[in-house]
Amino acid sequence: MINSKATQIDAEIISNKRIGSYNHMVFAVNELAGSCRPGNFVAIAVGGPSSSMILRRAFAIYRATLRADGIGLLELVVAPQGNGSKWLAAQRVGQKVNLIAPLGTAFGIPTEPVHALLVGGGYGSAPLFALAEILKSRGCRVDMVLGASTAGKIYAPLEGKRSVNSLTITTDDASAGTMGRVSDVLPALIEEHQIELVYSCGPMAMLEAVTAISQAFGIVHQCSVEEAMACGIGVCMTCVLPVAGDDGVIRMIRTCIEGPVMDGNKVLWSRSREIPDGVWGK
Amino acid sequence: MNFNFGTSIAGTVFPNPIFTASGCAGSGKELVHFFPLNNLGAIVTKSIMLKPRSGRATPRMAETPSGMLNSIGLQGPGIESFLEDDIPWLRDQGARIIVSIAGESVDDYAVLARKLRNVPGVSALEVNISCPNVENRGQVFACNPETARDAVAAVRRNIGGELPIIAKLSPDVTDIASIAESVVAAGADGLALINTLLGMVIDTNTMAPKLSQRTGGLSGPAIRPIAVRAIYQVRTALPTIPIVGMGGVTSGRDAFELVLAGANAVSIGTATFGDPMAAIVIRDELEEICISKGFTSFNDVISYAHRTESQ
Repeated sequence: MINSKATQIDAEIISNKRIGSYNHMVFAVNELAGSCRPGNFVAIAVGGPSSSMILRRAFAIYRATLRADGIGLLELVVAPQGNGSKWLAAQRVGQKVNLIAPLGTAFGIPTEPVHALLVGGGYGSAPLFALAEILKSRGCRVDMVLGASTAGKIYAPLEGKRSVNSLTITTDDASAGTMGRVSDVLPALIEEHQIELVYSCGPMAMLEAVTAISQAFGIVHQCSVEEAMACGIGVCMTCVLPVAGDDGVIRMIRTCIEGPVMDGNKVLWSRSREIPDGVWGK
Repeated sequence: MNFNFGTSIAGTVFPNPIFTASGCAGSGKELVHFFPLNNLGAIVTKSIMLKPRSGRATPRMAETPSGMLNSIGLQGPGIESFLEDDIPWLRDQGARIIVSIAGESVDDYAVLARKLRNVPGVSALEVNISCPNVENRGQVFACNPETARDAVAAVRRNIGGELPIIAKLSPDVTDIASIAESVVAAGADGLALINTLLGMVIDTNTMAPKLSQRTGGLSGPAIRPIAVRAIYQVRTALPTIPIVGMGGVTSGRDAFELVLAGANAVSIGTATFGDPMAAIVIRDELEEICISKGFTSFNDVISYAHRTESQ
């Protein structure tokens, strides 16, 4: 079912700052900010009323805060790559956009203090900082590894770093941190920090690699997937992935409704671009 | 002023002429989060097939200028689960229900019609004959007058007399009016115009088709002029047949255009993906436009653009 707190509103942009390759944007929203959990996403209409871009763009929520005066703040990290995100990043403070939030599932928070490793690829780090804060407040040890092609695409704001015990950075071009990918450093980090739980957000290939490593260590892995979606509210059926249910049956499930956060070990990553044999209804 | 916004399709009356389009609203369980489903004229459900269906591999979607391609492949739970879960739920919402059915063979349509014949609370049946047909090498039933007729006739024979049947046609044909005449002769009480058009996008980075199935159905405002043309042509050929118009309607102005061309009701499809409230906004805008143009009844607007030809 759709996130029961999902609300559609016109939200004013109250801050828009370029940070590295990304824009950090803050929107004034109402009490819906109090219903947003790390992992939830927002769907924003782009291009203005006569735009040829007819579909909303989905962004993971970086941070959501409901202030005592009732004003909610919704923060996003926008990567201006396509025409829609470029349009959004070019909007000025004071302008309004139509958004629906919160949408989708959230990262599950363990009831016991555990050792958690948070893995982010590119702007996929966005929802991990709010998650780190919550984990930290529950007494968890929180280590983080962020990877990107180059230093400018690592999103790691100062205030975010406060809630992690260690931060490891990898870049393909060695412009920051260790040269290579997050999956190169993951096994050593898992052993060093005795990791019991892995959270990840980033490109699908990274999530697949993180799943393989988590499985090899026998660790639970919650990942936030990114599949192209048209509606974000569960009606269009474009954003599906083959995922094994608790009953063992593999179904093509909607990542906007039953995701974006899901059990990485249940996703048939290597078959995600096909309808694998045995899928319900094939 | 009192404006009569009701419309009638083959004897079934709807309080307003704005419906959802099949495949663009699921069975309403998500949209009900945004508005009460009985606020629309009818909910047209996602085309249901005999058996559960996984649909096609991803990527299934590509945004195009003022439109999008999709190749969902009719993912759905199958008729048994649909009758058990979706129909009673929709009835509880007080929604007027138009069930859309799709088959791989003429026999599928016959069986689906028998299963729906005595289901209470269903206002009409949409026969989606513009979906892939394995019996005819991937061609759709609606691309050929004979196969279109056979599918509709199978439904007509098995549905009994009560339930109106609406045949959903493809615009990817040389002469849509002749297909329309063929299915009406086979017993269709109404027509749904238009389904998506077959399109393709090649990703110039990967230099390969963007969709896993290579081609997909094009929808959205990009196809609206084609919908207007198809509705106008069919209305000219068949002056009294009820038409549910659809194709890229995103505003009350767009819906008004389809009604002027000959639509008795208008379905909202892709616009819902961009805005879950689209159908409600369009309903209100359409009513306002009709009133501002001086009409007192929605019925008088239907086919109004044809008046110079008949005078």
